[in-house]
Amino acid sequence: MSIYSRDHLDKTGVGARLLQVHQRSLWTVVAGEKTMETSSISVIEQDGHGVPAQKITRAFERAHAEKRGVLIPYFMCGYPGIKASVDVILAAAEGGAEIIELGMPFSDPLADGATIQHAGHIALENGMSIQGCMEIAKQVSARCDATLLLMGYYNPVLSYGLERFCAAARANGVSGLIIPDLPVEEADPLQAAAYRHGLALIFLVPPTAPDERIAMAAQRTTAGPGGFIYCVSLSGVTGSRQELPAHLQSFIARIRAATQEHPLPLAVGFGLSTPEHIASVTSYAEGAVVGSALVKLIEQHQADDPAAAVKTYIQSLQKQ
Amino acid sequence: MQPTPNTYQHGFYPDERGRFGDFGGKFVPENLMAVLAELEVAYKDALQDPAFMAELNQELASYVGRPTTLHYVPRFSELVGNDVKVYLKREDLAHTGAHKINNALGQGMLAKRMGKKRIIAETGAGQHGVATATVCAKLGLDCIIYMGEVDIQRQSLNVFRMKLLGAEVRSVDSGTKTLKDAINEAIRDWVTNVETTFYLFGTAAGPAPYPRIVRDFQAVIGREARQQIMQQEGRMPDQIYACVGGGSNAIGIFYPFADASDVELIGVEAGGSSMEPGQHASTLVVGRPGVLHGAMSYLLQNEDGQIMDTHSISAGLDYPGVGPEHSYMKDSGRASYVTASDATALKGLEALSRTEGIIPALESSHAIGYLLEQGEQGKIPAGSLIIINLSGRGDKDMMTVAKAFNVNL
Repeated sequence: MSIYSRDHLDKTGVGARLLQVHQRSLWTVVAGEKTMETSSISVIEQDGHGVPAQKITRAFERAHAEKRGVLIPYFMCGYPGIKASVDVILAAAEGGAEIIELGMPFSDPLADGATIQHAGHIALENGMSIQGCMEIAKQVSARCDATLLLMGYYNPVLSYGLERFCAAARANGVSGLIIPDLPVEEADPLQAAAYRHGLALIFLVPPTAPDERIAMAAQRTTAGPGGFIYCVSLSGVTGSRQELPAHLQSFIARIRAATQEHPLPLAVGFGLSTPEHIASVTSYAEGAVVGSALVKLIEQHQADDPAAAVKTYIQSLQKQ
Repeated sequence: MQPTPNTYQHGFYPDERGRFGDFGGKFVPENLMAVLAELEVAYKDALQDPAFMAELNQELASYVGRPTTLHYVPRFSELVGNDVKVYLKREDLAHTGAHKINNALGQGMLAKRMGKKRIIAETGAGQHGVATATVCAKLGLDCIIYMGEVDIQRQSLNVFRMKLLGAEVRSVDSGTKTLKDAINEAIRDWVTNVETTFYLFGTAAGPAPYPRIVRDFQAVIGREARQQIMQQEGRMPDQIYACVGGGSNAIGIFYPFADASDVELIGVEAGGSSMEPGQHASTLVVGRPGVLHGAMSYLLQNEDGQIMDTHSISAGLDYPGVGPEHSYMKDSGRASYVTASDATALKGLEALSRTEGIIPALESSHAIGYLLEQGEQGKIPAGSLIIINLSGRGDKDMMTVAKAFNVNL
């Protein structure tokens, strides 16, 4: 079966577009067979869903064609409750979110500020697990077309089994992974499993990263099935801030320059919360991530209708 | 020659990736990668600078009071029985009362050399916090100590000492409110203030290059002990015991003996109130490998990879992880790891106090109590020559011990 058989886009154009984005990637398209292969990566391609990571690429391409950025909200699976988290995620998709990060809770979230720490703690108390996150991905992907990324710390993923994790992620409609405590030096085992299943492995790039490390992350991403660079706006942990960091735009320009040989969409995260933040960031980057602000919003609306609040908020973020 | 990952090869590890066989590495947010690389370069540079090493050795002698003695304890040996001869490596006699000062001084001097003026550290029992605050006072560095709320309560004396020494003690009320959460919070601070801040890590765990740096600064314990036992007994010991939480005192005494394959190395972990999950901190004995605080190592984790709660009567051993070199020593068979309960530790503390007039820290008491019980059960070979690393003195634990003995102070 062709890997593009269930593509939403036309069947012949996808590979060509992918090549536009990943100009120097290892990926090659054998047009007649419509299969993708590389010298170092073999993708398990039997289920007819296409390469999951391409969904990310297509979301950025659509937004680019419409001259807008991609809004990427983050939700903690199992917060404020297991069913309630499915509702808020679906509400975000209804509100127009095309890519959604599904947070996997961890007992020791050392890159997170108080807000997401708290949400993770509640999620674990609610019995959330990796398997539970997979269930949520399954329910969400069955009911909306948003592109799903799983985001969480390495140990639960390792404990679940890297191969098993990637197979389950793919089977449940996930397109990519973000693991904040997995720098490129340690990424090989998960990267191999992720790429084998056509999943993106998204690297985070903070302001302290020297150019050569930024290039290394980009090179790895373009060598894979798709993805973007997650630009961490500031030196610090997650959590909403009043103002954007002063040097954000020049930092993004530095990433752009350092990734010239491996061009990728750039999405900015950490500290964003207002429509003004989103508008500003997406004037020079392709995507904007909002996390802690959403968790706070859900907490504030726990007693009434968090899903409605999330939908309205997501819509408001895209208005400017 | 490339050894197979988990065959013990002395002096080979850590490799260039910061691994000890399969263990170690740098599992940290990208924001810390540059500073870890900077630290590695600065550390190697300092090691090769004769002036730095001379100053360190001078301070170890005149400020810390090294070498600490290797002290024969005949009356305690008699309790162990079977004509064994027990020596204590007296780290309790080091300035500030525990081995932690060896590493704090080394890293503090390194921080100063690197031009970092803001020092952060985590502490469990408070000994590393006190040692860090002490070194910062001496070197004129700003000092912030992260400490779990539970530990602050059970180690109030050490909290006061740190404040007296000019440190700011920040209470950590997330998670289990103990050492692991203090490390999480210190790492969050470091991620945020990475340009100005030196993380003075207290145990032989964490991301590379910390396990190696801490081992190197603590290895003075084993180097001295090896020289001293040869002078005093004319032979190498048969067994060395040390308590293991994160594992810094243990690696400090094990490492310089690890090339001598006849010397048995035994790490004693905290068995807590029982071996039920959540009631102990016996990471190497019952844990399985995973990633916490920047390194691949044995961990106490549940089936879903969440880190488990731990319990130990000693705050310094109350940690669900362990240094990666210990994981390597376990898997390669070079060292063995056992467990001693709260009750065994208290028994050891009382026995050493009464027979030798030395009140050991609750942490070290695990090694003492374990050996004592093994001796009582006739499991120690006759005539064995044994060293216990007495990693700290027990003054800080008197409130806890009194409570355990139902005494109101």
